[in-house]
Amino acid sequence: MLSISDIALGTVQVLVLMALSPLLTGIMRKTKARTQKRVGAGILQPYYDIEKLLRKDEVVSDQASWIFRVSPWVNFVAIVTAAFFIPVFLANSPFGLIGDLLLVVGLFSLARFFTMLAGLDVSSTFGGLGSSREMMISALLEPAVFLAIFVVAITYGGTSLSTIVESASNSAVLPHPQLIFAAIAMFVVMLGETGRLPFGNHETHLELTMVHEAMALEYSGKSLALMEWSQSIKQILLFALIANIFVPWGMASSASPYSIGIGMATFVIKVAALAVGVAFLESSVAKWRLFRLPDLVAIAIASSMIGLAFYYL
Amino acid sequence: MKEKSQILGNHAETMSEEQLVKFSSTVSPSTTKSYEEMGKELKDRIVKLLGRSLAIREVDAGSCNGCEIEIAALTNSIYDVERFGIHFVSSPRHADLLLVTGPASRNMEAALRRTYDATPGPKIVIAVGACALDGGIFGDTYATTAGIDKVVPVDVYIPGCPPRPELLVQGLLLAVNRLKR
Repeated sequence: MLSISDIALGTVQVLVLMALSPLLTGIMRKTKARTQKRVGAGILQPYYDIEKLLRKDEVVSDQASWIFRVSPWVNFVAIVTAAFFIPVFLANSPFGLIGDLLLVVGLFSLARFFTMLAGLDVSSTFGGLGSSREMMISALLEPAVFLAIFVVAITYGGTSLSTIVESASNSAVLPHPQLIFAAIAMFVVMLGETGRLPFGNHETHLELTMVHEAMALEYSGKSLALMEWSQSIKQILLFALIANIFVPWGMASSASPYSIGIGMATFVIKVAALAVGVAFLESSVAKWRLFRLPDLVAIAIASSMIGLAFYYL
Repeated sequence: MKEKSQILGNHAETMSEEQLVKFSSTVSPSTTKSYEEMGKELKDRIVKLLGRSLAIREVDAGSCNGCEIEIAALTNSIYDVERFGIHFVSSPRHADLLLVTGPASRNMEAALRRTYDATPGPKIVIAVGACALDGGIFGDTYATTAGIDKVVPVDVYIPGCPPRPELLVQGLLLAVNRLKR
C-alpha cells in the first residue's frame, strides 16, 4: 500500500524529470555548438522556445483528423506515465509495484505509435516518409531493447525497476561483466529511440535526413510545444534509465533529506555527463545511411547475446 | 517605390531605387553599430516581444542562391545568430518569420502563398535581396511576379545582391521592431 509520503516523493521525481528535461536538451545543444567553435544558444533556450510556442497560433491541415489533434496529448501522457516508474534519485521507486521496465517500453511504443499515425494522418509526404523510417527503426530496436532488458533482469532477478536499481546500488563496482554488454546495447537503443546520430539528426533542415522531426513537421503552436516537451522528457527518461541501472551509486536508499540531496546531485551529474558524452559522440559521427542502421542494431543485439552467455558461464 | 523606402527604415529615405539595387555585398551596412551590438539589440527586442525565441523559415522563391549563401553564413561560427536566440526551422508551421529570397518565379508563386498560409501567427515576412524587392536581375517578365510583395504581404525589405549577414541581422531587428504593433 502506498503511503502519502511515497506518493508525494514519486510525484516530485516525475516533476523533477519534467522540469529538467528541456535543460538537458539545452546542454546537449550548447555542447554541440562549442564543439563547432560557436557560442551557441544559452542552455535555457529550449524553455524559451516552448514558452513562445505556447503563445503562438495553431495551423492545422484541412486533411487532419482527430488523430492529429489527439496524438500530442497521447504522446505526452504516455511518456509522463512512464516517468512514474523510472527511478530518479530514490533507489526504491514508490510506484515500482505498479509497473516495471516492460511497461515503460510499452508506453514508449504507444507514444511512438501515435506519433507515427499523426505523421501519416495529415497526408504530407514528409510525414509518411518519417513514419515509415520510424517504423523500420523501431521494429529493429525492439529485439535489442528486450534482450538488453533480459540481461539486466536475469542478473538482478526481476524486471521491476525498483528491484533492479536497489540491488544494483547495493552491489560492488561492476560485479557482473554481462552488464557492460547490456550497457552497450542500451546505449545504442537510446541513440535510436531519441533519434540521435547516427540514427537521425536533430538539427537537420533537410527532410531526407530526418527521422523524428519529419513526423512533427505539421505541428504548430501548443501541439508542437507538447511534442517537443515530450521528446525531451523521453530523452531524459532514457538517460536516467541508463545512468541508474548501470551507474547506480549515489542514489538515495532512504527518504531522509540528506540522502535525497546526495541522490539529486549525483543524478544531475550523471545525466549531464551522459548528455555531454552523447553530444560529443554526435559531433564526431555523420548520419549513417538508413540501410546501414540494421548493422548498428545488430551490434546491440550481439552485445546483449554475449551478455546472456556471460551470465551462464 | 516611395512606399518601399519608407519601410526600409533608418537609412532608406536617402536611397533611390538605383542605389537600392546597387547596395551590394561589398558595401557595409550604413550603420555605426557593430555586428555584436546589433545582435545584442536584436536579442533584447526578441526577449521583449517573442519571449527570447525566434524561429525562421527560409523560403527560396526562385533565387540564384546568392542570398542563401549569405543566410547560411548566419549560422556559421563567425556570425552564429543562434546565440541571439534565433534558429532556423524546417517547416513553416514551426516558424515566426519567413525569409523569402528570389523574384518569386511563377512556379513558386502558389508554393509561397501556401507557405505563408501555413505559418501560424503572429508572423513576419522579410523579402531578402534585390530580386525579392522588384525582380532584380530577373526583372518583370512572364516568368516572374517581380517582387515578393506581389504574392504575400511583406513587412521588411532587405536590399543587396546579396545582402551581407550584418544587413540581414539589421533587417531582422527592423522586422522584430515592427512586430510590436
